[in-house]
Amino acid sequence: MAKFKKNKSGDLPAISTASLPDIVFMLLFFFMVATVMRDSTLMVQNTLPAADQVQKLDKKDRVIYIYAGKPSSRYIETYGTSAKIQLNDKFGTVEEVGAFVLAERAAKRQELQNVLTTALKVDSDTKMGIISDIKQELRKVNALKLNYTTRVGDYTQNFN
Amino acid sequence: MARRKSPEVNAGSMADIAFLLLIFFLVTTTIETDSGINRKLPPMEDQIDPPIIRQKNIFTVVVNKNNQLLVEEELTDIKDLRNLAVDFLDNGGGSGEEACDYCQGNRDPRSSDNPDKAIISLKNDRETEYKVYIAVQNELVAAYNVLRNREFARLYPNEALTYVEADLRYSDPRTSPDDKSSLKEKLDVIKALYPQKLSEAEPSKVN
Repeated sequence: MAKFKKNKSGDLPAISTASLPDIVFMLLFFFMVATVMRDSTLMVQNTLPAADQVQKLDKKDRVIYIYAGKPSSRYIETYGTSAKIQLNDKFGTVEEVGAFVLAERAAKRQELQNVLTTALKVDSDTKMGIISDIKQELRKVNALKLNYTTRVGDYTQNFN
Repeated sequence: MARRKSPEVNAGSMADIAFLLLIFFLVTTTIETDSGINRKLPPMEDQIDPPIIRQKNIFTVVVNKNNQLLVEEELTDIKDLRNLAVDFLDNGGGSGEEACDYCQGNRDPRSSDNPDKAIISLKNDRETEYKVYIAVQNELVAAYNVLRNREFARLYPNEALTYVEADLRYSDPRTSPDDKSSLKEKLDVIKALYPQKLSEAEPSKVN
């Protein structure tokens, strides 16, 4: 009957935790893959308007982002409350948009340079004047593909 | 007397907890993809010889600085814009060479001849709010999509798709190249039936 001898000490046998690192690594890899790094901190308010007739934006490496809107609360003291354009991580003027787009385009791979889209991420309360100025600058540098980035939702949400 | 060892804490359920977390995040995370309204700006060079467009083929939409909408010289609510645009595009009032055999509109001689001729002209003020502008753009794109959906369903009933869904499928990277080329053919046919002709005027300073 030695085979069925009871564990004399009464302790529970330790469960192997050898697979724990695997699990933690799996989690880690998942988040590494799924996380989208935001490459520039927003310095403007950026509540996007809603629209439902939207198309998906191209792959990230084919897009140049331009932000516009009122400066965020911590920049209001320095920059005032009128709408500003944000290029990468600093405020820019309308005249700088063209140079910025050209610089961004030159930094992309050769085969992508002709298929770039400019995404305008503009706060919904911005006036159209600044956007028209940006559009004129984009036309000057021949960056004609444009995307008004929106949130997906019914357009009536824009009216309240 | 031998001291009894304190029992080890059972860590066996740790894996379960980790999996639970993993599944929770898998389900809740939406990998963010930006979406928006795509537009193409006109190139800078001036047209030397602008084509003559008859007034009845232009559908004017003006948004003023108070975010009010003027459609064909009449103050309009944005809710009606989509239907007005559909009516205009789908009118098909032309005859002879300019006739439109697939249009289902009223064939009003005072409205557009055919969808290929019909142009929507959008003009906004510098003081117009961006969200209103987007709402107007959205409704105008919606008008085109309504008509394209209709034609897609009529010409390709076996697809069991709408134009918009087909377009989404086409731009999805998971779609196989064979599907893509067959979809592209169909999408191009529909696009040719209702080409998106949306012209934007440079904004006025005062309005």
